[in-house]
Amino acid sequence: MSETLSLTTKRDQQNEATQATKRAHYSRRLLPIPALIFMVVVTQIPLLFTLGFSLERWNLLRPTRRGFVGLANYPAVLTNPSFVTIVLNTLFLTLNVVLITLALGMILALLLNRDFYGRNIVRTMLITPFLIMPTVSAVLWKNVLFNPAFGLLASLFAIFGLPRPDMLAHHPMVSVITIIVWQWTPFMMLILLAGLQSLDNEQLEAAQMDGASGWLVFRFLVLPHLQRYIELAVLMETLFILSVFGEIFVTTSGGPGIQTTNLSFGIYQEAFQRWDIGQASALSVYAIILANIVVLLFVRVLRRGQEKAVLA
Amino acid sequence: MRIDKRTGFGLTITTYLIAFLMFFPILWMVLTSFKTEADAFAFPPTLFFQPTLSNWQNALFDTNFTEFLVNTAIITLASTGVALLLGVPAAYALAYYPTKRTDFTLMWLISTRMLPPVGVIVPLFVIFRDLQLRDTHLGLIIIYTAMNLPLVIWMMRSFFLDVPYEILEAGRIDGVSLWQEFYYIVVRLVAPGLFATALLCTIFAWNEFFFAFNLTVTNAAPVSVYISSFKTAEGLFWAKMSAAATASVLPVVIAGWFAQRQLVKGLTMGAVK
Repeated sequence: MSETLSLTTKRDQQNEATQATKRAHYSRRLLPIPALIFMVVVTQIPLLFTLGFSLERWNLLRPTRRGFVGLANYPAVLTNPSFVTIVLNTLFLTLNVVLITLALGMILALLLNRDFYGRNIVRTMLITPFLIMPTVSAVLWKNVLFNPAFGLLASLFAIFGLPRPDMLAHHPMVSVITIIVWQWTPFMMLILLAGLQSLDNEQLEAAQMDGASGWLVFRFLVLPHLQRYIELAVLMETLFILSVFGEIFVTTSGGPGIQTTNLSFGIYQEAFQRWDIGQASALSVYAIILANIVVLLFVRVLRRGQEKAVLA
Repeated sequence: MRIDKRTGFGLTITTYLIAFLMFFPILWMVLTSFKTEADAFAFPPTLFFQPTLSNWQNALFDTNFTEFLVNTAIITLASTGVALLLGVPAAYALAYYPTKRTDFTLMWLISTRMLPPVGVIVPLFVIFRDLQLRDTHLGLIIIYTAMNLPLVIWMMRSFFLDVPYEILEAGRIDGVSLWQEFYYIVVRLVAPGLFATALLCTIFAWNEFFFAFNLTVTNAAPVSVYISSFKTAEGLFWAKMSAAATASVLPVVIAGWFAQRQLVKGLTMGAVK
C-alpha cells in the first residue's frame, strides 16, 4: 500500500517532465524511418520482382512472346543438365575456400598473437590482399602470376627445369580457389585474432602452470573460447563466397566448359548473355534460398552471442 | 604464452616468411608497374631493373582511366555520404530509444545485407532500364547506399552503445534539444567510430564489381569495371596494367591500413570488437 502511494507521489512530481520526455522519445523513434523506407524500396521491391519474373516466360530478345507460365521455370531450370554441376561447383568452391582460409587464418592468428618485432607491419602486410579490389586480384593472378608463358609461376618452374604449368587451363578450379583463398585468409585471421586477444591471459598461464601442453591448452581452452568467432567468420565468409563473381568472370569466365561456373556466374549468363529473364529469375530464387539457409544459421549465432553478452 | 627463446625466434621468422609470401603478389604488381614492358616479360624474372614512370604516365593519362576513377570517386563519396546521413540517425534511435520492434529491425537489416546480389540483379537491370537509371551515377549510388546502410546502422549503433549512459542522462535532465543531444554525442564522442564507418563504406563501394559491371556501360562505369577489361589483354601490356591496377587500389589500401583497428568490427557488423 505504502509502495503504491510513494509511486503515485513520485509520478505526480515527475508528471510534467515525463510528458515532455515522452514527446521527445516519440519523435526520436521516428529517426530510423527514412533509412528503413529506403531499404525496403531498394531491396524488397526487386526481391518481389524476382519472384514475379520467375513465373514468366520472358526473353528480352523476344519480348513479344512474354507470358505467364506459373511455376514452369523452376523444374525447367532444375532439369537442365548443367544445373547440378553449377550447384556442385558453388558448394565445392565455397567449402574449400572456407576450410582452407579457416586453417590458414587460424595459423596466422596464432602467430600474430605474440609479441614480436615489427608485428604491426606484418599485420598490415597480411590484411592487404583483402583490401585489394577483386578484379585487380584477378587480373594480377591471371596474367602476372599464372600466365603459362611469362607468368612468375611458370618462370619459377622453368628455372628449376620443370615444364611450365598452365594453371587456368588445366587446373581452373584450383586456380580460382587459390586466388579467393589469398583474398579471404586475412578476413579469417582478423576475426580469429580478435577472438584470441579477448582471451583471458591469466587462465592461460594458470593452465600452463599446471603443466598443460600447448596442444591441450589450444584444444580445451583456446578453441572453445574461439567457437563463437569461428562460427561468425565462417558464416559471413560463406555468404560472400557463395556470391563470388568478379574473380571467376575475369580469370576463367566460368570455363573451360562450365568447370568453374558457380550460381552467380550461371545466373549472369542466363540473364545477360541468353537474356532469359524468366529462367534467370528462377535460378536467383534458388540462390536466395541457399543463402537464406546460411542466414538463418547466422542470425541464430548472433542472437546467442547477444544473450551471452547480456548475461556477462 | 611462454615459449622458449629459440622456438620464439623460429616462430617470428616463420611469421615474417608467410607475411612476405602473402604480400608478394602485391609487391610484384607494384614493381612491375615501374618496369618497361620488356623487363616485365624478362626471363628469369628480374628484381633489379631501371625503374621508369612511363607506364604510369601511359596508364593514367594516355587512356580514359581518369574518367573511370572520377566515376568511382563520385559514386563512392556520394553513396557513403547518403548512407551516413540516413544511417547515423537511425542507429542513434535504435541504440538509445529501443522499442519492441528494434530487435526485429536489426535482424531484418542484416538479412538485407546478406541477400545475394544475384537475387536482385535481374529486376534491378529491368527497373534501371525502364527508369533510365542504367549507366548513371545515381543508379549505383542508390545500390551502394543500400549495400552500406545496414553496416552503418549496426556499426554506429554499437559505437553509440559504448557511450556511458550517464552522459546521455545528464543531457536529458538539462533539457537539451534532439539536435544538441545528437550533435554533442555524434560529433564529440563517437567521431572516431564515425570516421571508421565511413572508411569501411568507402572500401566496400570502391571495390564493388558485380552491380557496377551489370548496371553500367561507359558513362558511369567505375574503375573496377575498367580493370576487368584487362582480362583479354593477355601478355601484352603488363607494366601498364600493373600501373593502372596499383593506382586504382592505392586509395582504399591506405584507407584500410588506417581503419585496420575497426575493420573487424565493420566486417562482423559490430558483433566482434
